[in-house]
Amino acid sequence: MTFLHRHRWLTPYLLLAPGIAFLVVFFVVPLYYLGYTSLQEGTIQVGYTFNWAWDNYSEAFSTYQEQFFRSLLYAGIATLVALLISYPLTYWIAFRGGRWKNLLLLFIIAPFFVTYLIRTLAWQNILSDDGLVVNALQFLGFVADDGRVLATSTAVIAGITYNFLPFMALPLYVSLEQIDKSLIEAAKDLYASSTKAFLRVTLPLSAPGVIAGTLLTFIPAAGDFINAELLGTPNQAMIGNVIQSKFLEITDYGQAAALSVVLMAVILLLIVVYTRLVGTERLAG
Amino acid sequence: MTTAAEAQPLPRRRVSPLSRAWAFVRRHTLTVFGVLALVYLMLPILVVVVFSFNDPAGRFNYTWEAFTTEHWRNPFGPPFLGDAVMTSIKVAVVATIVSVILGTLVALALVRYHFRGRGTTNLLIFVPLTAPEIVLGASLLTLFLNFGTALGFWTIVLAHIMFCISFVVVTVRARLVGFDRHVEEAAMDLGANEYVTFFRITLPLIAPGILAGALLAFSLSIDDFVITSFNSGTTETFPLYVWSQAQRGVPPEVNVIGTLIFGVAIVLMLANVLFQYRRTPKGAE
Repeated sequence: MTFLHRHRWLTPYLLLAPGIAFLVVFFVVPLYYLGYTSLQEGTIQVGYTFNWAWDNYSEAFSTYQEQFFRSLLYAGIATLVALLISYPLTYWIAFRGGRWKNLLLLFIIAPFFVTYLIRTLAWQNILSDDGLVVNALQFLGFVADDGRVLATSTAVIAGITYNFLPFMALPLYVSLEQIDKSLIEAAKDLYASSTKAFLRVTLPLSAPGVIAGTLLTFIPAAGDFINAELLGTPNQAMIGNVIQSKFLEITDYGQAAALSVVLMAVILLLIVVYTRLVGTERLAG
Repeated sequence: MTTAAEAQPLPRRRVSPLSRAWAFVRRHTLTVFGVLALVYLMLPILVVVVFSFNDPAGRFNYTWEAFTTEHWRNPFGPPFLGDAVMTSIKVAVVATIVSVILGTLVALALVRYHFRGRGTTNLLIFVPLTAPEIVLGASLLTLFLNFGTALGFWTIVLAHIMFCISFVVVTVRARLVGFDRHVEEAAMDLGANEYVTFFRITLPLIAPGILAGALLAFSLSIDDFVITSFNSGTTETFPLYVWSQAQRGVPPEVNVIGTLIFGVAIVLMLANVLFQYRRTPKGAE
């Protein structure tokens, strides 16, 4: 006690120590071991040795570039669709919600309360061959009579969109809700049409939400393997499926780790490019 | 158009009927879209609940056959399901307690003190929130592999604490920012020492924040599949059980448990919202 009184500057570090130590040991150090493992060679029988096996990277990339490309494509489309659904929805809640705002917001988070796998299985049910959606689409002629939705790219992208939509909607809602409504009124007083007021005032002010939402949706979507596994076939396999099976089924740890490192690197690179393009200073807002 | 409108005697508004009609339609378009989007968000949840009452003909619970409450009367009927749920609850309880303690201390340090290394600390809290789960899971697995740690209950717990800490820090910090420190100073002036002040004043006041953090940590832990699947060995949590059954057809009891988790989460969520409403002094918002 007296020691602490004399050394007050120590208090924050004592508060931080346990939590930060935990994160260093179980988050930072593992990233080092991920890199270390990615340069190891061997099999489960003879063991794995570190020998700067850079061909883990070249082989992994040349063999699985298709899955890589597909992950980025699916994640990109899903992010875009999630944005197109979330923007009007959160705009509606933020500007027209009135006193129901919090309740309506609860609807957006509600899917999170159903276990991820169970809600994905629910989509398996909804999109199944004899299901309502497929029958309706067949009736309307969008899907051939013997055609299916399940086990196609559409199903996988639909699943990803649904599962990560709240990540898009929540930051969007926060930035739309913070907009000072009098700014929009001011624009209209100055004879801006509703469309123009939206394009010149609301949309730019909601940009931080769009950026945060896009990143928060894209990142987990690109690493996902559950939707491709449950709603697709091996033809829709994403890079997450490859990593998962190499780690847990084939025990090809070197290549699996190399793929994880590449995934992380590609995502970081895309984040940097994206934030440069749209401007980083808005992220802080 | 405009001249015709202005030619009328004493025009009440300078808006043509056409654009008023358009505004009316557009306003309702947004509402219709909003409601449809909410229906879309609720659809899989509805499917989960409805099919928990289904009596499937085969192994797959896809098509509606007959109403039954059998699965609700005995939700832990299928072998291994009860054990998996118990494991999930145990993991979640331990992970929640530890991550809430560690995370709250970190949040206190971040909000209350200025210290060197603040930026790094913030980064260390932020990055696990945005990194793809598969990379978190895979890197932790490489740590355990390289140290020859046996995978099982405790490696799952460690993994869950790791990803929960950041969420707890963010949640508790958000509540701490608006904290009035004068109350603490008043207590100290009245002769309370630091410990008494902390336990009698500070802790009760930040309790809602801690509770929100705990709820979040618990639900993230119960729901997690990706990171768990990498670090579980042969231990089976509820999401892992669902995954293992997915290929063979998930029993309807899984829907029952999914519905129960959903119900409990919604009730707790509503309770927390009400609790906050009651705590907020009138006119504070």
